[in-house]
Amino acid sequence: MGVATMTRPAEDQRPDRLTAIAAGEIVPAVVHPEVAGESPVLEIDAFNLWYGPKRVLFDVGLAVPKGKVTALIGPSGCGKSTLLRGVNRMNDLIDGVKTTGDMRLAGDSIYGRNVDVIELRRRMGMVFQKSNPFPMSIRDNVTYALQINGERNRSVLDSVCRRALEGSALWDEVSDRLGDSALGLSGGQQQRLCIARAIAAEPEVLLMDEPCSALDPLATSRVEELILALRGEYTVLIVTHNMQQASRVSDYTAFMYLGQVVEYGPTAKLFTNPRLRETEDYITGRFG
Amino acid sequence: MSGHGEQPSRPRAGGVASGRLPSRPANALLSRNEPMVWLTGGGLVVGLLMVAALVSFVFWQGFVTFWPGPVLTLTTHDGRVAMGEVTRTERYLPDPTAVAALGPEATAAAVAEMASDDGRVRRRLVRTGNFELSGEHFRWVEDFQLAKGGEIREPWAFVFERMSWGRFYGVPEACVLGDSAVATGPEAVSALLRDRSSADAEAVIRVRTGDGALADLPLATIVRAYPANHLGVGGRLGVYVSRWHEFLTAEPREANSEGGVFPAIFGTVVMTLGMTLLVVPFGVMAALYLREYATQGWLTSIVRISINNLAGVPSIVFGVFGLGFFSYMVGGSIDAVFFADKLPNPTYGTGGIMWASLTLALLTLPVVIVATEEALAAVPTSMREGSFACGATQWQTIRRVVLPRALPGVMTGAILAMARGAGEVAPLMLVGAVKLAPELPVDLHFPFVHPERSFMHLGFHIYDLGFQSQNSEAAKPMVFTTTMLLMAIVLLLNAAAIWFRSRLGRGGSGSKF
Repeated sequence: MGVATMTRPAEDQRPDRLTAIAAGEIVPAVVHPEVAGESPVLEIDAFNLWYGPKRVLFDVGLAVPKGKVTALIGPSGCGKSTLLRGVNRMNDLIDGVKTTGDMRLAGDSIYGRNVDVIELRRRMGMVFQKSNPFPMSIRDNVTYALQINGERNRSVLDSVCRRALEGSALWDEVSDRLGDSALGLSGGQQQRLCIARAIAAEPEVLLMDEPCSALDPLATSRVEELILALRGEYTVLIVTHNMQQASRVSDYTAFMYLGQVVEYGPTAKLFTNPRLRETEDYITGRFG
Repeated sequence: MSGHGEQPSRPRAGGVASGRLPSRPANALLSRNEPMVWLTGGGLVVGLLMVAALVSFVFWQGFVTFWPGPVLTLTTHDGRVAMGEVTRTERYLPDPTAVAALGPEATAAAVAEMASDDGRVRRRLVRTGNFELSGEHFRWVEDFQLAKGGEIREPWAFVFERMSWGRFYGVPEACVLGDSAVATGPEAVSALLRDRSSADAEAVIRVRTGDGALADLPLATIVRAYPANHLGVGGRLGVYVSRWHEFLTAEPREANSEGGVFPAIFGTVVMTLGMTLLVVPFGVMAALYLREYATQGWLTSIVRISINNLAGVPSIVFGVFGLGFFSYMVGGSIDAVFFADKLPNPTYGTGGIMWASLTLALLTLPVVIVATEEALAAVPTSMREGSFACGATQWQTIRRVVLPRALPGVMTGAILAMARGAGEVAPLMLVGAVKLAPELPVDLHFPFVHPERSFMHLGFHIYDLGFQSQNSEAAKPMVFTTTMLLMAIVLLLNAAAIWFRSRLGRGGSGSKF
């Protein structure tokens, strides 16, 4: 790591960067040039968010590249889940949330004045920290997004169900009991079912909020394999606490601290040769 | 607690300062769980015992009522004869002067009995029946009044249950049709009474009562007759079953103290089901708005407190409201518009089963709202979020995810409401429950459902038997039987609802295809 420190450009050597952020100062993120070479499907522009009087996101800017897996890492309370939930406006459900700035999904404003939030959410999928299958059959769970959209055609639903379950590597395990309650599946299966549900409607962005934190190592590795398999076909934005997981599954990584993006770049570079010492300290476990 | 076993003596004063938790001696009473286990378990046992005592008392009293007892013929010193069934036995302290004023044999017997039993004597309440002859249904007979050999079981003593005038006790002598006897002798009459189809409806049974009088009982007025002292266990069982059958399926007679309660059973069930069908949709809708749509704040808190207070309002208040609002205002308006030709006789403008169901629906609304709200609150937020994240609207989320998940809780609310509503009496007295309503609210006559009709209700029937009966001693056992029946019906309704809930629970989370 000593080598990495030597190669850092001079402007990234500010020693008090995290202190400044902690003091409430807005420090521009260090963005690696590789990011600019990608075509972004989701762009976040100077996004701010308050829970009541408490500001939790500070001028966050992030371009999520199409067809890639982007990981959000950072210590607890740094706002990465809030940012993720901001993308499909799940924060709207919480009283007292105020936002400024905007995000764009394939060029369409997310926080604009006349945005249909329901329509917007249909273009995204979301997988939560704790698996949340609905109290209905496996088939109904997977095709939920289509059914609420008015799709009634049984053959369409069946083919979507099969494709999504195959996509989430669950088909072989449940193909003979699609009519059974989803609540009878194991924890890992439930989470993969939730992934199947999220990808069934072919979302433009798949949001994952610590999808493996409640799973055992075996189930975790299955979900990680799944994320790797989804790469290319889907754009994935994933929040994780697990550095190894971020390095294994993601193409790009953004390191956040106290509501600000500190460093954003290709995962390989961020993990082996970060431009900031703060990032290196966090990744190597020296703080956070 | 036993982890502190290495420190058996009292902790030193510096226990905290030295970084150790102050510990109780290991043998202290509170170090063990037992006192609290015994206290809480004891509370449970006391509660269970009270419930068990209630249920077993009611069921015992209810079950023995219809068992036919023997008919005694008691002759007293003054020559009077009491023939009938003993319904009660008690010991009491007689007035000494009254004892001295008795005849010589009676006084001697009373003094002897008092000497052997702390000055008490025994007396028995005999149901003597034969009201049209004696002017009384029951008579107390003291043991010391009995003449020597004055207690016998007349082998052919019959119990006649009749359409009116109460029971009749006596020995049948003949069955007479016109001027000629069809059958003579108790055995022949007994055979004839067993097989009523062979007898002419015009026939009369000539009966000799215990004190020797003769009475003619028209055969058509006799509901049931049996030779009480001649029956074996099988015969008694037959009478018992026949009485239960009548009780459950027939209409009441003798001012409700005899006969059946079928209209009351029917009225109770229809009213309770109607109430449940009315209260559940409204309660669920109200709870959905409060929990899912309304912004939580001081206003919703006030509404919740009000709903909880509504549950504490005395039920008679709801009855008064139901009478004033439903019967007089709403019903009166309906009458004025649709049934003007029948006025001043009210059609809807008086008590009726619909108004009773609505009144009880109001009464049980808080139960359903509170239970539904709790069930909705128990649905994890993550499920709602999952649904929203799929692009579902609020209503789609409620209908497809929240409600199915909350349904068992909603059903629990409905069951509680049912149990509460089925046992209410006070409000019903104002809005439609009556003493006698042979016309059922649902029958085979067009338009089949008659929501304006008044109805009979088991709870009101109990009140009527217990407090309004002219022949209260005869009605008393019926109070217990009817109470038992009401409990059984509430239990059955609840069991049906619980069965329904378990089925729903499987359907909600299980296979839909």
